[in-house]
Amino acid sequence: MLSGWVVLPVACAYLCLLFAIAYYGDKRAEEGRSLIANPYIYTLSIAVYCTSWTFYGSVGRAAQAGVAFLPIYLGPTLTFVLWWFVLAKIIRISKVNRITSIADFISSRYGKSTMISGLVTVIAVVGIMPYISLQLKAVSTSFNLLLHYPNLEASPRIFEVPFPADTAFLVTTALAIFTILFGTRQIDAAEHHEGMVAAIAFESIVKLVAFLAVGLFVTFGLYGGFADLFAVAGARPEIARLFSIQDGGYSQWVTLTLLSMAAIICLPRQFQVTVVENVDETHLHKAVWLFPLYLLAINIFVLPIALAGLMQFPGGSVDADTFVLTLPLAAEQDGLALFVFIGGLSAATGMVIVATIALSTMVCNDLVMPTLLRLPGLRLSEERDLTGLLLAIRRGSIILILAMSYIYYRYIGESYALVTIGLVSFAAAAQFAPAIIGGIFWKGGTRTGALIGLSLGFALWAYTLFLPSMARSGWLSLAFVEQGPFGIELLHPYRLFGLEGLDQVTHALFWSLFGNIGGYIIGSLFSQESALERIQAAIFVDVFRHSESQRGSGLWRGTATFADVYDVVVRFLGKQPADRAFARYAAERNLNLDRLEEADSRLLHFTERLLAGAIGAASARVMLASVVKGEMIRIDEVMKILDETSQVIEYSHRLEQKSSELEHAYSDLRAANQRLTELDRLKDDFISTVSHELRTPLTSIRSFSEILFDNPSLDLAQRGAFLNVIIKESERLTRLINQILDLAKMEAGRMEWKMADLDPGPAIEEALAATHGLFRERGVALEVDLPARLPAVHADQDRLVQVLVNLLSNAVKFCDPEDGRVTVETRPQAADLLIVVGDNGVGLSREEQRRAFEKFQALREDLAHNLQGTGLGLPICRQIVEHFGGRIWVESKPGQGARFAFTLPYPEAARAALGTAAK
Amino acid sequence: MSHSVLVVDDEPNIVMSLEFLMEQAGFEVRVAADGEAALKAMEDKLPDLVLLDVMMPKRDGYDLCQMIRAKPEWKKVRIIMLTAKGREVEREKGMALGADDYVTKPFSTRELVERVKTFLEDRES
Repeated sequence: MLSGWVVLPVACAYLCLLFAIAYYGDKRAEEGRSLIANPYIYTLSIAVYCTSWTFYGSVGRAAQAGVAFLPIYLGPTLTFVLWWFVLAKIIRISKVNRITSIADFISSRYGKSTMISGLVTVIAVVGIMPYISLQLKAVSTSFNLLLHYPNLEASPRIFEVPFPADTAFLVTTALAIFTILFGTRQIDAAEHHEGMVAAIAFESIVKLVAFLAVGLFVTFGLYGGFADLFAVAGARPEIARLFSIQDGGYSQWVTLTLLSMAAIICLPRQFQVTVVENVDETHLHKAVWLFPLYLLAINIFVLPIALAGLMQFPGGSVDADTFVLTLPLAAEQDGLALFVFIGGLSAATGMVIVATIALSTMVCNDLVMPTLLRLPGLRLSEERDLTGLLLAIRRGSIILILAMSYIYYRYIGESYALVTIGLVSFAAAAQFAPAIIGGIFWKGGTRTGALIGLSLGFALWAYTLFLPSMARSGWLSLAFVEQGPFGIELLHPYRLFGLEGLDQVTHALFWSLFGNIGGYIIGSLFSQESALERIQAAIFVDVFRHSESQRGSGLWRGTATFADVYDVVVRFLGKQPADRAFARYAAERNLNLDRLEEADSRLLHFTERLLAGAIGAASARVMLASVVKGEMIRIDEVMKILDETSQVIEYSHRLEQKSSELEHAYSDLRAANQRLTELDRLKDDFISTVSHELRTPLTSIRSFSEILFDNPSLDLAQRGAFLNVIIKESERLTRLINQILDLAKMEAGRMEWKMADLDPGPAIEEALAATHGLFRERGVALEVDLPARLPAVHADQDRLVQVLVNLLSNAVKFCDPEDGRVTVETRPQAADLLIVVGDNGVGLSREEQRRAFEKFQALREDLAHNLQGTGLGLPICRQIVEHFGGRIWVESKPGQGARFAFTLPYPEAARAALGTAAK
Repeated sequence: MSHSVLVVDDEPNIVMSLEFLMEQAGFEVRVAADGEAALKAMEDKLPDLVLLDVMMPKRDGYDLCQMIRAKPEWKKVRIIMLTAKGREVEREKGMALGADDYVTKPFSTRELVERVKTFLEDRES
């Protein structure tokens, strides 16, 4: 029996030694003389796979089921020997894309989806928690054993110990401090922890040597070598049965082999040491045979120790999980026992440190940061220096993960053997396998498929393994495990949908992977992948083709100023690492950083990978997008606009639409321009016409004035005739000017109107009186149909008279020259009064009717000049009538006279129309 | 033998004044109120000079000018266009169509008579 005063200082000294190694490793890395840059250290660090499960649990498993402990090591051996190309590909992909964790890897593959990285992180944390608790259990059990052996009864029951004195709690606390010191001293752009790797490699040596020491002691100290040991054991039938695979063991063999094949790739800590911490891809070439050799070495003595334990402690008086420790203790080899304890401690701490660092990186980069960066209230993306925050999050998550594991250990883990707990974690990690393997070999795998697969697998894993473990420990009703939920046999967690005859793990693995792979494939086949997903898929699947020539996606379309980009990098990496990284970039491309103003897409891509190293691909993208102009701030917006195939099509549709709209606008503009040109031309024509109309009477006036001036001796008759011409033409000129001014005023809206509700009768009579002389002069007959009472209309009396006079004079001019007849009719209608002035002249052709109301177009032919028309009478009539709210038109058939008609609205109708117009 | 002048215009008062002026200058004067009538008059007897208004019904002055110039046997006829359209383009158009001169209304009666005399005397010599 060892005193606590010996064990504790030794354990502490050992941890201090580890820390020293780690510190030295980091220092060497900073100096650029890496301690770990060789395949042997790399292989030893991969041996973090062998935890206390291996160290203590394998023997326990072997004591119960013989060679059945082996598949857990057979799987990794097969992966390394036969599937090394999978590892090589994952490593290359991760290097090219600066992958920092398994969550980062999977999310990067599926379009840098933060949803996937978050889901993977959750699965990893929940799944690995039992595994960490297993280590806590092993350390505290072995510690208690060491102190109290052989008085095992004296070792305190777990629930009787007050909280702080609980060994496991102390171990947890120590490990938490240790891990924080190890893993979060600084933020590294590549997430490399060289010191940690060195310490882990050292621990792998310690645990191997310690285990070999026990094995040698047992085989050659207690017995006379392998032959003797196996002979003695073979003599006992209850032990001899362990030499062969037992009934029903084959399916379990296959299951466990497959499970561990997946685990060596998918466990977060294995991914960390094998992929993330890898400094040189060629190291893998040696590791593919060195690592299996390590596994072989650490397993050689498992069966001998188990057999010896069974013989030394017959009847199950000692827990087989502790044989490694109890055998030397029973033989009173305290020194060896202490060494074994240290070996076990190595196995446990190695696993806990790496797993916790890997998980905390994932929690920070893939779960917390993406969420925080998206919270608009925090405005984190504008913070200057985030390295402190990053470290705090990582430290917090380390403490949280260890605390959860401790709780799991204290309340659930106690009721299970080490191996069973480990397998629960393995099965959880195996859920990543379809998304990873599919992701690097099948371009068709999509984000949706991966999400469905992972979710289904995780749910089925939880249902068939995790929940039952809760039930077994009394945290759920036991009936859940015994009869299925609510007594539904079909949903029994160990016989889901009636699948019987399999052990728990095989059953769980079958269903979870069935759901996972099925969901992944079907989800992938039936979903649309975004452009970013397609690009990432190509980068991952064709990594060996792409990585040589062009690294990464180069998907940045916009540009940013170098200063902005630099600021972002400094915020996450700190100033010095940022300066170093950019200096290296500039040196490789012969750029002068001082003169660099624009960050082109290559520099952006470089920066993205740099940031990805510190905060994960998804967060990096979001961060960088915030400073890149032309790139949307939020990644989902980028998706919306750029990436969805359907949306790209829609986008081009929209572009087409836009361009046709533009074309439309252009043709509208052109039409408007044409109209303007036309209007301009019309105005020009109008002025030209006006000038012509004014010059014509002026010509006569000037000519006759000059003639009269030059010929004073003209006879009186001739003189009178010439003066008469001058007077008439002057009147014509005056009339013309007045009409032009009237028309211009009306068109410009400056005419003063005296609108009133009036009886049209007097207006008609006034017009008739004004033209009476003309009618008589021409001998034209007039028929007037004027009732005594006419309905009132809304009009301006003087203007109404003007219209009527105009129409009447026209009618006189154009009626039949021999037998002229003009009619005036009034006809009250529903909403207005119709007035028609008709003549019996030659009438108007269709073309003449059309142009009758146009300026200077009116009826110039033949008689017009004799009758002193100006060509503006009808246009003025139209202006007036339309101002009243009425309509004017001409009805005519050539040879049958013309009827000029117009309407005058009644006061109510006029007001209503005015109301609508006002609205 | 006195020279003959054809006055073509649709404004009766202008025709009246031109008729008076040309007769006073000693020319033989005929008048036409539109293009068609002018053509008929020319076919009856070829004048030495035509005073041609541009804006006329039926066949305008440009049209008539072009027709006169299209006939080789009418080559000798002098054409003075009279128009109330004062724009430069119209003047150019008239000259391009073969008019010998272009006078804008209202015109100075003395000047017009001088021009007509000049053209007819040139023709004589």
